[in-house]
Amino acid sequence: MVVDGTASVVVDDGVARRLKALACTAPLHELDQRKHRLEWVDAGRYQMAEIALQAIDQVTLAMDFDTGADQGRVVRRLAPFIAAQAPGAPAAEHERIGHWVVENLINVGSVDRGFQADYGTTGPDGGYVRRRFDFKLLVELAGPDGEIYLRASDEAINVLVGALDTDVESAQVAAEVKLENLISRGRLGDARLAAEQARYRTVQYAEALRGRLDSTRRDVRSVDWLSAVPELIDEALRHIESRYRAESAILANIADARDTATEPGRRRQAAELVDVVGDCIQRHTQLQTRLQEAGATFRAEQDRQQFAGRPQRAAVDVFGQLLTPCLELDAATAAGPTGTFFSAGTGLRVPSVLSLTGLVEVLLEPPADRDPLGEELSEPELVALDTDRYSDEQWRQVSALLAEPGPPRRLSAALERARALDPRLAELVVLRSLHALGTSVATARSQGDERVCLAVDDGAVLRDAEFGGADLLVGMVDVALDEPAEPDEPTGRDEDAA
Amino acid sequence: MSGIRSQDVESASRLVALGMRPKLVPARDPGYAELVRRYGEDDAFKDVVQRVASGLGLVVLAVGPQSGAVVAATEESIFEIRMDEYARRTALANRQADKVLHGLAHLAVAALAFPRPDDLGNDSYVGRVSVDQVDAAVREACRALQERVEGTGENSDPLSEAPELEAAWRAWSRRPPAAATKDGRAGDATTRGIVGKALRFLADQGFLVPVGADGQAGTATFRTTARYQVQVRELASRRAFDELLELGVLPVTSALGTLRPTADGALEAGGV
Repeated sequence: MVVDGTASVVVDDGVARRLKALACTAPLHELDQRKHRLEWVDAGRYQMAEIALQAIDQVTLAMDFDTGADQGRVVRRLAPFIAAQAPGAPAAEHERIGHWVVENLINVGSVDRGFQADYGTTGPDGGYVRRRFDFKLLVELAGPDGEIYLRASDEAINVLVGALDTDVESAQVAAEVKLENLISRGRLGDARLAAEQARYRTVQYAEALRGRLDSTRRDVRSVDWLSAVPELIDEALRHIESRYRAESAILANIADARDTATEPGRRRQAAELVDVVGDCIQRHTQLQTRLQEAGATFRAEQDRQQFAGRPQRAAVDVFGQLLTPCLELDAATAAGPTGTFFSAGTGLRVPSVLSLTGLVEVLLEPPADRDPLGEELSEPELVALDTDRYSDEQWRQVSALLAEPGPPRRLSAALERARALDPRLAELVVLRSLHALGTSVATARSQGDERVCLAVDDGAVLRDAEFGGADLLVGMVDVALDEPAEPDEPTGRDEDAA
Repeated sequence: MSGIRSQDVESASRLVALGMRPKLVPARDPGYAELVRRYGEDDAFKDVVQRVASGLGLVVLAVGPQSGAVVAATEESIFEIRMDEYARRTALANRQADKVLHGLAHLAVAALAFPRPDDLGNDSYVGRVSVDQVDAAVREACRALQERVEGTGENSDPLSEAPELEAAWRAWSRRPPAAATKDGRAGDATTRGIVGKALRFLADQGFLVPVGADGQAGTATFRTTARYQVQVRELASRRAFDELLELGVLPVTSALGTLRPTADGALEAGGV
């Protein structure tokens, strides 16, 4: 942030980007913070953030063109990593932990099944504007057969790879260069890491292409087939070609390293690396097949969509003239036209007339069998909220202010003094004064309190920018324990003084 | 009007009443077919039908051998289906957002049922829609809008203090498409759940007819009826269009559809 002479704050775009990147990691940290609240497990021995990263890994690796992994499969694959952290615990517990982590990464329980973070930007007038960043880590999607499966979001892949907010293409190249360097220098452990990063990049790249091909299949007009898509396909094919060559070369290199290595650890590392790079090649091949099919898809769709007859009468283009403009409106405004379309496009609500035969039928219908216990209730996870609006320090300051010796003061005077200390104190002063208005002296006496704070309304009107009402007289009074006390007396006497 | 007999009023009322039963078609009911024929040939009878409907708070959109009598409710009529009732079951906290999503779902169903203006205008056209198709198309439109917004370099993240100013496409794309539930159905609050509800509701209203095997919830396909085409063409799209015009969103009129690429690769839609 830069503060210039006019004291307006400029939030750098880079800061916003980094804040967003930071926010993506928050759900992982939160897992470790919340794990101690789990009652069914001694969660201290599990590293939840680590399991979460493994889960994102597993989902990412299972993502191919058509589907991802279903939750059960991901959890099964996670089990060895979880078991390694707590070998003594039963397998059922490992599985439950796996489900807990995956569900938290989906954020089951929120309507949007995602996460939010606030960050600041500079508005058009130079002021500070708070914006909301919505993101997801694991996304649930329905497959063609209706099964629900998981995919990792772009944010999740970015968090995982650690290369935040970078261009897919350039990051891919960087990873490959790094990989070759590492192998030529014989650093196989690091080389494996780089190869895995390259594989994530490959998946991410394929995912971006998949979206384009999907939309082409749905509607030819929504994709620019004149230049943008052919360019994209050419680029992708060139990319695959160079990657294929590079990876084949790398593969030969590591195979050498594997065969000549004498140390068993090194040999194993080399073997693992061969697997990873082999998988990369397989993914490239798959991507290439899809790219080659794209042209045919386009031509078939074009035949189907473009060679239809000319319009026969003027009609509204529902997609382009109604749906898209509505999607562009803000939610509050969009409620108008979408509601109108709904009311006009859903037909009639025919009022039903109660008939005796119908009623009898309903009454005679045998009751549906119900499970007496009902559905299993999921146990809510309760998170303690910070309920204290005012800090202990603020309470102490206000107590000191109200308990000052001397005659009772006007509320307005107390407010002035409180604001001089801290503007936020004013509200607490008002609340405590209102409370003092109802203080029961009898209770104070029976509790044995020596002094009690009292407030009295003498009809004076409070003139204040923030609060309205009566300008109360507030002060501490001694409670006489022996004789009947007249609570209003001291304040009443000091009224003239105030 | 002096030549109108009271029997004619009864017949006219019967035609309107038949129009309120959307699943009846003239082809299967000779009496209905006769009334439809008479509506087409006898102007005095046509006038009585329209007046009866108007007195009830209805408007006759079309009377034809395929669609039967298509009557729609006028605004504020007791026959009008209100969004508040339709979206009643959702939790209060997301009701405002959910209403918009339900409305968008109905728009999207119509958009996918009649992808080009020509399809809406062509009486013999029968559209097919499924949950998969509708949700995927809306998501695709949302993605295109997002790309366009990102292309402008403007920060489009919603303001924390004013969530209602969030763009509608953002609300849709943020909502998950599906969610695993214990009984294996799509969650009601997901976009596929919302689209599925719209399709089932329209099928109940006689606007859509399920096609083929029952299949999975996501792949069940519906075909459109002549009634739905008339309703969307003659009433729903016009009213929504007028409201968008009033809002200052001026969609371009083109016979070929408006979502098409421009020279610089950005998508041009709605002429905004």
